[in-house]
Amino acid sequence: MYVAVKGGEKAIDNAHRLLAETRRGDTGVAELSVDQIREQLKLAVDRVMTEGSVYDPELAALAIKQARGDLIEAIFLVRAYRTTLPRFGTSKPVETGKMRLERRISATFKDVPGGQVLGPTFDYTHRLIDFALAAEGEPPRAEAREDFSEETLAAPHVLDLLAEEGLVERPERDDEAVPGDITRHPSEFPMDRATRLQSLARGDESYLLALGYSTQRGYAKSHPFAGEIRLGRVSVEYVPEELGFPVEIGEIELTECNMINQFAGSKKVAPQFTRGYGVAMGHGERKAMAMSLVDRSLRAVELGEEVKAPAQDQEFVLEHCDNVQATGFVEHLKLPHYVDFQSELGLVRRMRQEVESNLAEAAE
Amino acid sequence: MSAQTMQQPARNDVSTDTPLLTVDRLTKLYGNQLGCADVSFDLYPGEVMGIVGESGSGKTTLLNCLAGRLSPEEGSVVYTDRTGEEVDVHAVSEPRRRMLMRTDWAFVHQNPRDGLRMGVSAGGNVGERLMAAGARHYGKIRSAALDWMEKTEIDLTRIDDRPSTFSGGMQQRLQIARNLVTGPRLVFMDEPTGGLDVSVQARLLDLLRGLVAEMGLSAIIVTHDLAVARLLSHRLMVMRRGKVVERGLTDQVLDDPQHDYTQLLVSSVLQP
Amino acid sequence: MQEEQNYNFAYLDEQTKRMIRRALLKALAVPGYQVPFAGREMPMPYGWGTGGIQVTAAILEPEDTLKVIDQGADDTTNAVSIRKFFQKVAGVETTEKTEEASIIQTRHRIPERDLEEGQIMVYQVPIPEPLRFLEPRETETRKMHALEEYGLMHVKLYEDIARHGHIATTYAYPVKVADRYIMDPSPIPKFDNPKLDNSPALQLFGAGREKRIYALPPYTPVKSLDFEDHPFETQTWDEPCALCGATDSYLDEVIMDDKGTRMFVCSDTDYCTTRREAGHVGPDAQAVGEAAE
Repeated sequence: MYVAVKGGEKAIDNAHRLLAETRRGDTGVAELSVDQIREQLKLAVDRVMTEGSVYDPELAALAIKQARGDLIEAIFLVRAYRTTLPRFGTSKPVETGKMRLERRISATFKDVPGGQVLGPTFDYTHRLIDFALAAEGEPPRAEAREDFSEETLAAPHVLDLLAEEGLVERPERDDEAVPGDITRHPSEFPMDRATRLQSLARGDESYLLALGYSTQRGYAKSHPFAGEIRLGRVSVEYVPEELGFPVEIGEIELTECNMINQFAGSKKVAPQFTRGYGVAMGHGERKAMAMSLVDRSLRAVELGEEVKAPAQDQEFVLEHCDNVQATGFVEHLKLPHYVDFQSELGLVRRMRQEVESNLAEAAE
Repeated sequence: MSAQTMQQPARNDVSTDTPLLTVDRLTKLYGNQLGCADVSFDLYPGEVMGIVGESGSGKTTLLNCLAGRLSPEEGSVVYTDRTGEEVDVHAVSEPRRRMLMRTDWAFVHQNPRDGLRMGVSAGGNVGERLMAAGARHYGKIRSAALDWMEKTEIDLTRIDDRPSTFSGGMQQRLQIARNLVTGPRLVFMDEPTGGLDVSVQARLLDLLRGLVAEMGLSAIIVTHDLAVARLLSHRLMVMRRGKVVERGLTDQVLDDPQHDYTQLLVSSVLQP
Repeated sequence: MQEEQNYNFAYLDEQTKRMIRRALLKALAVPGYQVPFAGREMPMPYGWGTGGIQVTAAILEPEDTLKVIDQGADDTTNAVSIRKFFQKVAGVETTEKTEEASIIQTRHRIPERDLEEGQIMVYQVPIPEPLRFLEPRETETRKMHALEEYGLMHVKLYEDIARHGHIATTYAYPVKVADRYIMDPSPIPKFDNPKLDNSPALQLFGAGREKRIYALPPYTPVKSLDFEDHPFETQTWDEPCALCGATDSYLDEVIMDDKGTRMFVCSDTDYCTTRREAGHVGPDAQAVGEAAE
């Protein structure tokens, strides 16, 4: 009994073997390949890349397989891998205005230069379970699909058109600035917007979703409009020191959301729309939208708004948005705490004794 | 520090010729909005200064600037401490300023919730400033708390109860006890009787007047209530739109107001 | 155990180790002050000791002998897992003997045996900020430390006494270091607090998730907070360790059956084993020996 309480090496080894066995499941069913996950569970792969902060669909798919589909566990695996990778440098900012679009919508204008492109979206599907999928049939090929790899579809940002008129603030742009790195520097508050965006970009999707939602329900209302959501591929450029000019090192898929929000203006500044920004690797629309709402609410101090809702509170939002940190600390409660508990047990016994003896005295 | 010395603040060893607080051309803006402008005055030891005016006149802004809680755009506030050293409240380092705030000074908020720790017992609330100043004897801290609860007429059996279970008047008296326990020299009060019933107000005013006289406190009291000002303050400043429009001895200002606005204020109270 | 060839010695790259060592030096220069450091993501979850592991990885040398304990024991699952990790990525000697260890990484305990000069304790810390539960904001707590505004900490102790008649904090009991900083000693029972004071060993604290490092150089005065008339006191037990008969060690309560039979045994397994090997016998040593077989 005593030995069992203390656990041991053997127990851990056995647990690991059992985990491997459970992961595989019924060996009568064909094993899932990493390729299948990458191709057929793309949205899961994209989320793991985004919150794991590594653009590598292959690696993310493998992590999902190893994690038995637990996405936070998969994100954790990717992060632990990422932390060992060497850094070569920082790419040039990607030009999302030159994105080769697969999807691009604006909720603020019926039509925009470059047009609205629905792309692959659940938005207008009826949420009926499709039992045909269980029959493993090939889906019909989409007729309307244009081949974007050949005919590059690019369009300017909708918000840039408004910015021309001064109706919406100009995005801050500084190509020379060296971005902060939250994985290499401890966080300091107040945190600048670029660093906040970095935290939000790897922040937990569901957490940002709930916070973004809370701003819509009156906790820091910002009257948002989805100015533009775009999905597509952008090229990544890097300037090797020895060359001194940018070289394209690859292409990544991104989802970007520019939210337009109300701002009353002040005595010095005419009323103007402000913006919230969100971005995710791969196809991560919910994440990008939620992030843009939270980005905007975190700008409360900068825009002279009263800070009273959780979504406006930098420390609250940013210190709790990382799901790998959060799950670690919540789940660490599983570790033995019997020394601390012993202390508390002794205290409660003592206090109970005191109360009982007081009661006994009072009864006499 | 014993309970005995706590209730009797050290007498000012600074001569009464030296002002306790010298305020020089204090101006505070909110963006383009005027908070208060060009306010100057001296406050002498043992003196109670009333600041009256309607809401929006800038009196609370002025009080916060005087107490170092807001930074003014222009002007200065100089405090003469127990040793006679002059401290420029807004130029001095933050540690020094915060030290002043928790030792020599006290601040009584209109809403006791802003000045109390609602989750901490009454005794803990009164004892906090003592502990911050280094008191480390539980029994003595507790007897000082009881002593001050008695002075402020709070039922002593409530010492371990949280202020959230207290009435508004009791909370305000507890806030006063919490502030005065360390024997401050200068007390800032922001509408100390605001938000209380008339009968509760009278009792609190009586209490405040007694304590101020007994302890020889200097105080700056902001109020929109001329009756409060008359009862507590020696001198009065009348503010309107951020500016001081009239000043003088309390009785003089209230009985023979010179400025149109003061006349309006006084008549609106005295002649319903 | 096979040493892992694909990682740098002790897992972390040398740049990272250098960064952590800098933070450690700063922490030693200002005892009890929480130094922010760029904590890395580790292959263990946050809350599993990533801070302690990073500190150990940064100071570990090939000739070191490492002991890892959790709840005082060498054979608890997390201690086993961390020990294995360092065997794998650093190939260092490990030991269960307190006296043989040059570095002891711990969660929640300090060994009973007196530490010696040259030994290093590495504590795993979940919440490094002792003021956190009184004031949730980091910006405010850092200011409170900077200005030595610690009145609130005593308000908490005052409230304990007012409510319970005594201070009701039993672990992670706050201390004042070298008469300056208030420090969280990590969730060790207050029983262990006196061992922090004036210890000949170097004591390092790592909080991975919160990205803070702090330290106590050897022979630093460490005082547990209290009141003059309610002095700090440690836990005591009415009975000795059931296995080795020790009366001076921290005891864990072990439930023996579903009828509520209990036994108290040393939480420090090395201490207990060493005593039994030296011939000390507790009242229930016989019965337990049988139960374990």
